Amino acid sequence: MKTDVAVIGGGPAGLAAALKASEQAKVMLLERENELGGILPQCIHNGFGNFIFKKMLTGPEYAHHFMGKVEKSDIDVKTETAVLEINEDKTIVATNPSDGILEIKAKAIVLAMGCRERSRAQILIPGTRPAGVYTAGTAQRLINIEGVMPGKRIVILGSGDVGLIMARRFILEGAEVEGVYEIMQKPGGLTRNVVQCLEDYGIPLLLSHTVTNIKGKKRVEAVTVAKVDKSMKPIKGTERVIPCDCLILAVGLIPENELSKQAGVVMDEKTGGPVVDEHMETSVPGIFACGNVVHVHDLVDDVTMVSEIAGEYAAKYATGEIERGKEIKVVVGDNVRYVVPQFLRSIDMDNVTFYFRVKEEDKNVKVIISESMAIFEKKERIVKPPEMVKASVPSELLKGIQNELRIDVRGKYEK
Amino acid sequence: MKSKFTCIECPLGCAITAEKKGDEIIVTGNKCNRGKDYAIRELTDPKRILTTTVFVENGIHPLLPVKSDREIPKNLIKKCIGELSKVRAKAPVKYGDVICKNVMGTGANIVSSCSMVRKNE
Ligand SMILES: Cc1cc2nc3c(=O)[nH]c(=O)nc-3n(C[C@H](O)[C@H](O)[C@H](O)COP(=O)(O)OP(=O)(O)OC[C@H]3O[C@@H](n4cnc5c(N)ncnc54)[C@H](O)[C@@H]3O)c2cc1C
Ligand code: SF4
Repeated sequence: MKTDVAVIGGGPAGLAAALKASEQAKVMLLERENELGGILPQCIHNGFGNFIFKKMLTGPEYAHHFMGKVEKSDIDVKTETAVLEINEDKTIVATNPSDGILEIKAKAIVLAMGCRERSRAQILIPGTRPAGVYTAGTAQRLINIEGVMPGKRIVILGSGDVGLIMARRFILEGAEVEGVYEIMQKPGGLTRNVVQCLEDYGIPLLLSHTVTNIKGKKRVEAVTVAKVDKSMKPIKGTERVIPCDCLILAVGLIPENELSKQAGVVMDEKTGGPVVDEHMETSVPGIFACGNVVHVHDLVDDVTMVSEIAGEYAAKYATGEIERGKEIKVVVGDNVRYVVPQFLRSIDMDNVTFYFRVKEEDKNVKVIISESMAIFEKKERIVKPPEMVKASVPSELLKGIQNELRIDVRGKYEK
Repeated sequence: MKSKFTCIECPLGCAITAEKKGDEIIVTGNKCNRGKDYAIRELTDPKRILTTTVFVENGIHPLLPVKSDREIPKNLIKKCIGELSKVRAKAPVKYGDVICKNVMGTGANIVSSCSMVRKNE
């Protein structure tokens, strides 16, 4: 089988990339589930599309919009098709119930596999191994799609957005949420979710706390929680046993990159995803990546916007239209944990948007992008690690750059 | 009585206090007027969009995601969701179909937030 552009993953990233690429090229979209939409169908809450649609939609509604367009397009959609292998020469090996094993030769590939949740094994909670320990996303799927309640008395570990949203969902479905325990000193999710999911329903949020033990033979019977010190070690004497039948883990997401690594793309240790240029092209020419596979996004609108870029340039690559200039590295400076894109190669778009996260909360700061001198500055009233920061830089300011670009968040501006 | 809110109108998340004094509402802690409006709304008439699921017969999934087509009073959300747990929709359902009219007299209709085809179709 042959195609111009193969898109792997049918979540919001894959949908946007495939739609954009199909304006110029033949596109195949491969999704391992039996329906498109990725994580969206299970996110039944409001809060998607504020930037793109100028109103708040639910996850299924946001997906509906793009799926309708895909149906009308001539994209070759293959659901129930799991990609097993990608080679550096852009041959894809996939499998599905009707074709068995498929081999697809693509001129360009877009990686849009999303991310997965960290589980108990990755955070090493001691204790027995009873039923009743779920990741927040699994619980979300069970409640919102399968119609199954994972428990009646819930303890949530971690205050990432998925955990916060599930706290509210459990309450609305008639369960009891004992509390949300967060090991860090600040909540991990967006402020609006802390307010609308916890404060609205009087659910306690306990910062600098963790779960130190799980008890129960067949089913979770109780968990032990404790306060932690500055180095996140549990403090002796602060333990408290909480009877419950369900522990929900909302302890972070990891980009899903087994396939990317196999294809030989260079990875960024800090994001857990591939390094990309401003077209979302990875270090392997013709392999592009977008959405949560690159870094974990808080807003789906950003995913859609970068994925359109990935799709457009994947189609351009497939039809032989990409030109590359000198490679310019983008490096992180003060109070920046990571930045995407990690390098620039063409600077042929009207502007380049840098997406980044800070290490620490700060107020009234400047985002400064510089070569040897500042070439772009922007004020931010507040920056927080859970909320991604963006800086859109007009390309004319970036042209003529010879050396590394650096991005810093610092200083105080006068209000 | 003093009520405390975290403003969610912008990422700053100001801690706002609002207090009713006679006919007036005194708002403090807000850095701008949007925060003041937010606090007054939250104190006098807090409203939210309701999102939940209802059972669906013959659908490819057992549940159908739904939402209210306008905001409803916050204190009625749980009651409405309880009421909606008795509703049975029938597949096929189209995006935007009204599943329940004027839920609990709030004036809001409950509409489907996706399309769902019938099983085995
Ligand atoms: C609980 C929760 C709440 C959220 N709330 C909001 C919100 O209120 N507002 C907002 O804007 N954003 C929200 N987000 C964020 C937003 O939903 C995500 O950023 C977005 O869905 C990421 O899109 P994606 O396409 O990169 O990944 P995904 O949606 O995860 O899609 C990836 C797809 O790739 C498929 N796939 C993976 N590997 C393979 C393979 N080998 N072969 C074939 N297919 C494969 C998967 O099956 C999946 O369908 C929320 C996210 C979560 C989890
Ligand atoms: S009061 Fe104004 S500045 Fe403060 S969070 Fe609300 S909108 Fe932002």
